Amino acid sequence: MGSAGSEDRLTVPSATLLGQSVLSGVFIGALYGLLGLGLSLSWGMLRQVNLTHFALAFLGGYLTFQLAAVAKVDPFVSLAITVPAFFALGMALHWFFMRFKVTLLNTLLVTFGLTSIIEAGIQWYWTADFQRMETSYAHVRWKVGPLYLSLPDVITLGLAVSLCVGMWAVLRYTDLGKAIRATTEDAPIAAAFGVNEKMLGYLVSGLAGAFAAVAGVCLALDHTLAPVQIYAWMGVVFAAVMMGGLGRPLGPLVAGIVIGVSEALTMAVTAPTWAPLVSFSLLIAILLFRPSKF
Amino acid sequence: MKIGLGIFAVALIALPYVGLPAFYESFSYLLLSAIVLATSWNILSGYSGYFSFGHGAFFGVGVYTTAGLAGKLDWPFLWTLPLAALAAAVLGVALGAVVFRVRALRGELFALLTLAITFVLATIALNTVDGGPGIQFMVDTPKLTPTASGFLYLLMLATAALTLWIAYAIYHSRFGTGLLAIHDDEDVAEVMGVPTYRFKLAAFAVSCALAGLAGGIHAVFVSYVTVAETFSIALAVNVVLMAALGGTRHWLGPAVGAVAITVLLYAFTSGQAAVLGRAMTGLILIIVIVAMPEGILGQILKRFRKNEVVRKPPVESARPAMKAKSGTILEVRGASKAFKGVQALAGVDLEVRGGEILGLVGPNGSGKSTLINVVSGHYAADGGSIRFESVELTGMPAHRIARAGIARTYQIPRPFPQLTVLQNIALPPMFGQVVMDRAAAEREAWRWLEFTGLEAKAHRLPADLNLHERKFLELARALASRPKLIFLDEVLSGLTPTEMDGALRLIRQIREQGATIVFVEHVMRAVMELTDRVVVLTYGKAIAAGLPRDVMRDPQVVDAYLGTAHA
Repeated sequence: MGSAGSEDRLTVPSATLLGQSVLSGVFIGALYGLLGLGLSLSWGMLRQVNLTHFALAFLGGYLTFQLAAVAKVDPFVSLAITVPAFFALGMALHWFFMRFKVTLLNTLLVTFGLTSIIEAGIQWYWTADFQRMETSYAHVRWKVGPLYLSLPDVITLGLAVSLCVGMWAVLRYTDLGKAIRATTEDAPIAAAFGVNEKMLGYLVSGLAGAFAAVAGVCLALDHTLAPVQIYAWMGVVFAAVMMGGLGRPLGPLVAGIVIGVSEALTMAVTAPTWAPLVSFSLLIAILLFRPSKF
Repeated sequence: MKIGLGIFAVALIALPYVGLPAFYESFSYLLLSAIVLATSWNILSGYSGYFSFGHGAFFGVGVYTTAGLAGKLDWPFLWTLPLAALAAAVLGVALGAVVFRVRALRGELFALLTLAITFVLATIALNTVDGGPGIQFMVDTPKLTPTASGFLYLLMLATAALTLWIAYAIYHSRFGTGLLAIHDDEDVAEVMGVPTYRFKLAAFAVSCALAGLAGGIHAVFVSYVTVAETFSIALAVNVVLMAALGGTRHWLGPAVGAVAITVLLYAFTSGQAAVLGRAMTGLILIIVIVAMPEGILGQILKRFRKNEVVRKPPVESARPAMKAKSGTILEVRGASKAFKGVQALAGVDLEVRGGEILGLVGPNGSGKSTLINVVSGHYAADGGSIRFESVELTGMPAHRIARAGIARTYQIPRPFPQLTVLQNIALPPMFGQVVMDRAAAEREAWRWLEFTGLEAKAHRLPADLNLHERKFLELARALASRPKLIFLDEVLSGLTPTEMDGALRLIRQIREQGATIVFVEHVMRAVMELTDRVVVLTYGKAIAAGLPRDVMRDPQVVDAYLGTAHA
């Protein structure tokens, strides 16, 4: 995933380039964490591996792009439309899984099918070309010492951190959070103690959908959009989710930043084409050494 | 039927010579390559249930082996094909040797892992062999056909025939039955004698080799290979889709699905229609997974199976029983096993003598089932020694313990849910002390169906049985391998008094045929009636052993069951 600071291909990078690489790694890692949050919740708590999450995030990105291009709607105003809409989509998907009693492996297959449908829809409407949203946000840049910061990056980091920490706090400190955690551990027992586990399932799946909408805005703000890109993000985000631990909101964020930084450093030291090796090797290593955690 | 197949085969071979437009040749070629890929995927993933999303990777290894050797180093193209197959197989085996040792790496985790492998290989290929722009090359194909693509078509035809034959042969062999059992319940399959690790590895090797071979041919067919086209996720998913659509539990299912999907994708090839085609495959994937989990062929065969009449073959006279030696045959010394701090077995000592029925009793949680799990190799013991006919069993994989002549039942029946009752019972004889082929094992299974009175249900699935019948299925499956020593884990619990009388009769008959029985039971009436000796376990230790009548009066035993008297 190309981002600021990787244009220069030096074998021995300067301190400034390294610093800029670490910084861009942190920003891209925050987006990994934001994308991973919804994935981690629905996998850890609902036992659904939801590939559609990526397609939804891109759909959200495209919708934001469209509203900005046609109606000049501010990206953050468009959240008022996409968040409720995607909350409903998340619940609908959960209903489908419940209605047909889809097993964990089959959720992977079904959501893959759904992803290709959404991808085809995006390609049909917005074509396979790269699209980039033009907003005033993109032009705001600051220089801190020798390093550059851009507003979209900072917004992404801010949103990722606040949503992940917020979700963590809800799970940790509220009764609702306790009920969700109890349901995760043993749904029938939780239900026997008066927890409305069905309703909680819809709530969590709706939240996951809403998080995809937020991630979509960040994608539109800071990245080029293309239908094939949907698949490019999967491996890295899965690595972040599995490294961070399922159903733990802070996990994907921390792991995402670790992965983002190591990718950025790999790109700074070698050719950018080697970068995917980092995240996927990490994912393989995690699967081999800690499979019982999932 | 045979003549029809012959004419069909001749027509397929004659295709390049009749001078049809080139389109028919290349379309048939694509059809055949889809059959090869889907069928080879199914040999591991369909039969054994390890869904791989990495088939594109092994196909890609084949593509790049041939493209690299023939395109860059100018090797003769036909020589590169075996190497393409070999490279993919070696990679598969190396991967499997690591992955299949990790017990928890099943289901979606295996799928994700293979997906990740695809990206890793794609990155490596892009940065090494390929270098970025792709490899363009031309090779000379032997002038056996009017056109070069005609020759490639014939090569792929041969590969497809080979693949289907391999899939057919495996499906009808011990190997295939073992893989199907792994799909249903890998742990039980291992305990029933299936060498699960070796089987998975072998299936993976065959599956990868065939994908690599197809890749090698395909490299020449496209003559311009790029990483993005070769290691595509679309290929991996299409393959899964084809197999799932046709039916993964039949050797021919993936081929049926491959034809259906290829024709469908062809109907939408150009421009916007291609997008529609992708959306359609996505939709079909969802519908198939949700509405037709057994696939097209599976659905059709199920209809046939329902109407199948139970036809019992003539059952042979009883084979001479496996006489157990007299004296101590199983000796457990200080066996221990802990689960996260719970000491389930705390140094159990136990002896089983040849030909006896030994009762193993004790309160709930005393370690009876754990002891069976440890002896049968389901769990590895933490310490102590277990010797069967003076061979040390600790550290031995479960399938070798089964082969040594030890069988068991599960307290909660664990039949292979997608194998018929007959196939369930025929499995252990294929992997027992005397290895039988599938036909012989099925003849053997009929004897035990008769013995347990399940003949009428032979072609049903276990889900159609009631609890009592499922318990008898457990019993028949344990007996079918003619074990020397058999552990019966609460076979009577949940049975009505009449059903229990029948079960007791069966157990006596088993002993009369020469097997030694360890009988775990809470029903005291049965224990007193049936057993020669009783061992009492409590808190993971054997506290008493002896004649049933004496042991039950032992004050320690009374305390264990009723609590210490304070009076």
